[in-house]
Amino acid sequence: MDLYSEIILDHYKNPHNKGHIDSPTCKADEENPQCGDTLSIELKIENSVVTEVAFNGAGCAISQAATSMLTDYLKGKSIEEINKLKPDDIYKMLGIDISPGRIKCALLGLSTTQQAIKNHNNASKKD
Amino acid sequence: MIDPAQIKKDFPILNREKNGKTLVYLDNASTTQKPKQVIEAITNFYENTNANIHRGIYDISEEATALYEGARETTQKFINAASKSEIIFTRNTTESINLVAYTWGEKNVQKGDEIIVSMIEHHSNLLPWQFLAKKKGAHLKFIPIKDDLTLDIEEYKKLLSEKTKLVAITGMSNVLGTIAPIEEITNLAKEHGAHVLIDAAQTAAHQQIDVQKINCDFLAFSSHKMLGPTGVGVLYARQSILKKMPPFLYGGSMIAAVELDSAEFAKPPQKFEAGTSNIADVVAFKSALDYITDLTFNEIQKHEKELYKYAISELSKIEDIKLVTPPEDQAGPVITFTIKGIHPHDIAEALNSENIAIRAGKHCTDPLHKHLGLIATARISLYVYNDKQDIDRTVEALKKCIKIFA
Ligand SMILES: Cc1ncc(COP(=O)(O)O)c(C=O)c1O
Repeated sequence: MDLYSEIILDHYKNPHNKGHIDSPTCKADEENPQCGDTLSIELKIENSVVTEVAFNGAGCAISQAATSMLTDYLKGKSIEEINKLKPDDIYKMLGIDISPGRIKCALLGLSTTQQAIKNHNNASKKD
Repeated sequence: MIDPAQIKKDFPILNREKNGKTLVYLDNASTTQKPKQVIEAITNFYENTNANIHRGIYDISEEATALYEGARETTQKFINAASKSEIIFTRNTTESINLVAYTWGEKNVQKGDEIIVSMIEHHSNLLPWQFLAKKKGAHLKFIPIKDDLTLDIEEYKKLLSEKTKLVAITGMSNVLGTIAPIEEITNLAKEHGAHVLIDAAQTAAHQQIDVQKINCDFLAFSSHKMLGPTGVGVLYARQSILKKMPPFLYGGSMIAAVELDSAEFAKPPQKFEAGTSNIADVVAFKSALDYITDLTFNEIQKHEKELYKYAISELSKIEDIKLVTPPEDQAGPVITFTIKGIHPHDIAEALNSENIAIRAGKHCTDPLHKHLGLIATARISLYVYNDKQDIDRTVEALKKCIKIFA
């Protein structure tokens, strides 16, 4: 079962950055209605850089591992860098071939993160 | 007696291999595989008789018409409809149900009327009624399920009233496998003057249907879930109702006479089959019906029940598996389950790596999953070519999956 490499299983069983952070500056919730995965991402953004991140939710190994890996990557990155992330970057982190049926699972973390940043930008505009 | 080893030989796709392992196909509730008899019927039609129907004054058109109408007659006999003209070919169950909602429903359901469905409906037998009810100011009522995952008929009786215009119910749940007592449900509805639609998408492949005995007004099913090609659905509707139903789609093939500013419609079933039909697939659908008829429902059910029992007993031995199934005597060959700590997608993916196909997700029944408090489930669904080895390989793969994720 190549799909479930040691590293993916490890992130699934012991996810990094799972939980909540104190006073996040933005967050977003997304759902993958087909399989019922839910995900919420909390970010603390200071001077356009992510300083803290946490995620919560339930889902399959691919969505959980991808989000766990992504959240590790996010720390210290600028909004600009994060907005530039493409699906391929996530596939590279996972290090496996993603079949069409699992694309949504793999990308749930990325789309939720980018939504959180949008929420952040919208909120800052209002200030 | 059904010999799956023999039957497997009729299904070319079951020879497909991955890493030296042959395909185990356990997603039959989604769509079944096709025997070579059906595949050959399609090829044969296109190679030898292809022409449009009901119009050409030449040999192949007349032959094509005879084959198409022959399929209608076989379908009529298959469900014991009183007349051939009660059989309308559509694209699938979903279209059949929508046809009823858009024509009969549009004309007969009024403000304040009630439509009864159940908690276990597939979206295809829920959304058309949701939509109709909203449009008309009518109300949807739901037959609940009991803790044992069967329909609560006592609650159903309380829902029925003079306001009930339609009861639309599935013959078998595509998730729980629960078989609904459709005759009893229909009789009760009739006492209140309501019409009854049976969603037989999951029933038609497994159970003898007799529409006159059930006494339902409408019954819908799909060719592709019973060994036939995709793109063919059936709507049975009682003749007296069909005669008064307005058309669904307008255009060629459904008219008797046309003026520039008016038209007279053809009689049923043509009235409801506008445009060129899916002729080749309807013709091949007949071969699927013949295949099932040759096996006989008696034998099909014996085989399915035995295999179902075997699968349930093997799966029950695995501690982390939780079955979502009704009592055995009310269950069709569908086994839905969850595994503690493993998402159904991961179960399906793990099985796929062993070349075993099962379904994972919500199976087009979001409200039911919500009711059961389940995000998603995994589902095994059986048919005539499945055998004990298929179950054994699945159980082995599930054990392996549990080990990996534990
Ligand atoms: C109970 C039930 N009703 C309706 C449908 C819809 O069938 P189709 O997709 O062929 O229209 C299905 C298919 O899964 C089903 O299981």
